Amino acid sequence: MKSNSLIRLIFVMLIVACGSAAILGFVYDITKEPIKRANDAKELAAISEVIYEEFDNNPFQERTQIPLKKNKGQVTLYPARKDGKIRAVAIKTSSNKAFGGSIELIVGFFLDGTISGYKVISSKETPGLGSKVSEPKFSEQFIGIKPKRKTFKVKQDGGEIDAVTAATISSRAVIDAIQKAYDAYHKFSTRM
Amino acid sequence: MKKESYQNLTRGIIQENPALVMLLGMCPTLGVTTTALNGLGMGLATLLVLILSNSAVSIVKNFIPSTIRIPCYITIIATFVTVVELLMTAYLPNLHAALGIYIPLIVVNCIILGRAEAFAAHNNLFQSLLDALGMGLGFTLALVLLGLIREMLGAGSAFGYHFIGENGYPILMFIMPPGAFLALAGLIILFNKLRRL
Repeated sequence: MKSNSLIRLIFVMLIVACGSAAILGFVYDITKEPIKRANDAKELAAISEVIYEEFDNNPFQERTQIPLKKNKGQVTLYPARKDGKIRAVAIKTSSNKAFGGSIELIVGFFLDGTISGYKVISSKETPGLGSKVSEPKFSEQFIGIKPKRKTFKVKQDGGEIDAVTAATISSRAVIDAIQKAYDAYHKFSTRM
Repeated sequence: MKKESYQNLTRGIIQENPALVMLLGMCPTLGVTTTALNGLGMGLATLLVLILSNSAVSIVKNFIPSTIRIPCYITIIATFVTVVELLMTAYLPNLHAALGIYIPLIVVNCIILGRAEAFAAHNNLFQSLLDALGMGLGFTLALVLLGLIREMLGAGSAFGYHFIGENGYPILMFIMPPGAFLALAGLIILFNKLRRL
């Protein structure tokens, strides 16, 4: 048998692929649980970072999905309760208008709809440029304001938010995501 | 023999630095080096994958017919990259949060395939390990230097530590792609001088 016959080539490639699949399956299996725990811990940490009110429940376990209008997808709402009464909420929202595809945030709201802060959960923004939307210099502008459609835009679009230098698109995406979260919160609070 | 081992280890650092002398792996070199820490993280992740893939290729080299070596090597490399990514997500979530988007890019880093093809496929396990270590360290060195230059000029900080005030004006261009090319050119000039010493 010639050493390079087609059968042999296919056989070797098959063995390499099977070996690789076996390794991947094994590693995926042993890391599945830790990865889920790490992600949950990350969200829970972000939730407690954007909510200032005291709470005694586990907002992560009481999460509910809120659909947005016009097929804009849905957001996840985490209620923070003290003695059974809702004190504040955190909302996981996202925007696909970011520079690197989509960006995911957790936004905190006081009961009157004022933003108490946000935290970027996952993004693919350019490191050193768009990634600066998670730095305090940009994110602190949002604390204590209520998004109003007319002024809740970057200054380039006639609003009152200072965009990150050279990262206007990323800044717009953050605003877009927060606007969605606010709309969802509005819907939630009128129903409440 | 001892001299050969020493050469295999040190060659990648300056003499044949993969990024600055051989000009391989330009995509991550230019793309991720916006800060020194990003450069360090990418360099170390590449080093780890390089060590794993060079060892694996040097072990299986005799079983793989030369006509299909490239698809086999790529499969091996992609497997290790995915393993590193999964392990990092599970056990080092903070590091993964900083580097996550670069890890999959390591698969297409031609330094890894280049070393598998040019070195590990013809040498034994120990020499391949030394080569991977040297090349990986050389790549890390290049990325950290480039990241440091760009971060200092473009953001006014070094390893995240700001040395100019909030309202200072760094040369923003160095964070952006044109600055990457300029800083890279400067480093290549430096390494060409060093290499001839």
